[in-house]
Amino acid sequence: MATFEQQTAKKAPNSEIGFAHWLRKNLFSNVTNSVLTVFALYVLYLIVPAIANWMLFDATFAPVNNEQCGREGACWRYIIEKLDLFIYGFYPAEGYWRVQWVLILALVFVWIAKRLKQHQYKLKIIAGLIIIYPIVAFFLLYGGLSLEVVETHQWGGLMLTVIVATVGIVASFPIGVLLALGRQSKMPVIRLLSVIYIEFIRGVPLITILFMASVILPLFFHEGMNMDKLLRALIGITMFQSAYIAEVIRGGLQAVPRGQYEAADAMGLSFLQKTTLIILPQALKISIPNIVGSFIALFKDTTLLLIIGLLDVLSMVHLSTSDENWLGRSTEGFVFVMLVMWIILYSMSRYSKALELKYSTEHKN
Amino acid sequence: MMGTNIIEINDLNKWYGEFHALKNINLKVKEGEIIVICGPSGSGKSTLIRCVNFLEKFQKGAIIVDGTALSDDIKKIRQIRSEVSMVFQHFNLFPHLNIVDNLTLAPIWVHHKNKKEAKEKALSLLDRVGIRDQAEKYPNQLSGGQQQRVAIARALCTSPKIMLFDEPTSALDPEMIAEVLDVMIELAKEGITMLCVTHEMGFAKKVADRVIFMDEGQIIEENNPRDFFVKPESKRLQLFLDQILSK
Repeated sequence: MATFEQQTAKKAPNSEIGFAHWLRKNLFSNVTNSVLTVFALYVLYLIVPAIANWMLFDATFAPVNNEQCGREGACWRYIIEKLDLFIYGFYPAEGYWRVQWVLILALVFVWIAKRLKQHQYKLKIIAGLIIIYPIVAFFLLYGGLSLEVVETHQWGGLMLTVIVATVGIVASFPIGVLLALGRQSKMPVIRLLSVIYIEFIRGVPLITILFMASVILPLFFHEGMNMDKLLRALIGITMFQSAYIAEVIRGGLQAVPRGQYEAADAMGLSFLQKTTLIILPQALKISIPNIVGSFIALFKDTTLLLIIGLLDVLSMVHLSTSDENWLGRSTEGFVFVMLVMWIILYSMSRYSKALELKYSTEHKN
Repeated sequence: MMGTNIIEINDLNKWYGEFHALKNINLKVKEGEIIVICGPSGSGKSTLIRCVNFLEKFQKGAIIVDGTALSDDIKKIRQIRSEVSMVFQHFNLFPHLNIVDNLTLAPIWVHHKNKKEAKEKALSLLDRVGIRDQAEKYPNQLSGGQQQRVAIARALCTSPKIMLFDEPTSALDPEMIAEVLDVMIELAKEGITMLCVTHEMGFAKKVADRVIFMDEGQIIEENNPRDFFVKPESKRLQLFLDQILSK
């Protein structure tokens, strides 16, 4: 019989650790990899300094007019001058505080909801906030009582983009859940209606739906009956988005094993209890990446509102390029829109990752 | 204690489409009886006990559980399901809830117990199946044997009159079967009515009042465990016993 002494762990050889090792392993592991690395560095060398110069070092921030702004760098003065237009559209300047408060209240409500954690009435308070917030927000934005009324055709810019996307996301989610459940239903009528709705909407481009909502829908109205254009667009977008969300959630529902349904049934849970306590939490968790992906797509689709005469942030930038005081500055404008969009959408993407992590680590070993 | 029939199955017939899965099943189970059902796969034994809590619908015949006949009336079905607990082959614990929440779900939502009471009972049951220290973990963090013991505790949490076991040890690694069987044997001694689909013949010999052999959707033979294993009457049961006992 042989016995062996226990060995102590020794330090890894220098070739396996440190920065040099990382470089060799990741960037120069073989000839192809080395060539690609050098080529990539060369491309970066061509692009990065040029962009940095244009955006920062040669750029003008000072309060000057279009002629005094250099042509070799970006003229951010133009963005600064037009910022209010890009953010608020034609909303009257005296009312900007109202828009700001809508945003502040949203942040405050989210903060409250996060602070509650295990509070006894957590669900009731959150439900209350969800009902109260849209009413308060609408009152602030639109006016009424002692507040001056601002018609929706004056709304525009980033504010309009965010409003449309938020309403679309929040309203389409519950409808999408119901449609997904409807499509899974054992009752043939409900199933058929859900399938028809989902497949019809998904077979039509968003532009068509927006056109129908803005042009064709009013044809059916009685004379004198008038529905706000923004409201019609919101309904159209919600209808569109809910069909997509329904399909995403259906995918999640199908991924929940049959045994989960059976275990819930065997306990004597009602259909509503089974769905809300057992099935949906699991189905939604599975669907998080696709749900957020769908919302990101919706946010980008809001730029199509231009077609029916609602001016979102992109349209506002486009509009301002024809201002004769600032001719030739469209590049700055579109770069600005790109950055704003990217910041918002990338945040959504990161949030999705955080959510996934939050709900998955609990179950790992 | 052994008095009234708590389950009565009369002329039960079930078809899956064209396939005749259960043929004229008649079975009466007295309160406190332990019944083990065995048979080759596809013989309809799982289908039979899944009919008892109406997870499977049947086309002909009647099942009366604790005085209530099974029908499409969802209220009655839920009433029966609240008194009949089931343990599944694949545990079917809820992965998004921790162990305690798995146990307290039915007591809180179906039996309207208050949370504190339900949690106390859950912890004492976890104690009984020997995994109290895992109470705050999630199902995927436990071994198969532990998960099945949690599933048994979950089934007991509602103080059921009847326990249905659908091959509770078939999905377990061999070294984990014993820990689950021990819990089931303890349970059998307490006088709860049990219907077990299982191939664990040691379990059947130890605690069963009757052993039932099914094949091709029929009950072929029924006997007390002593005679069932020693003096099987039908050819098919002899063959079946030869196969599983020679393992």
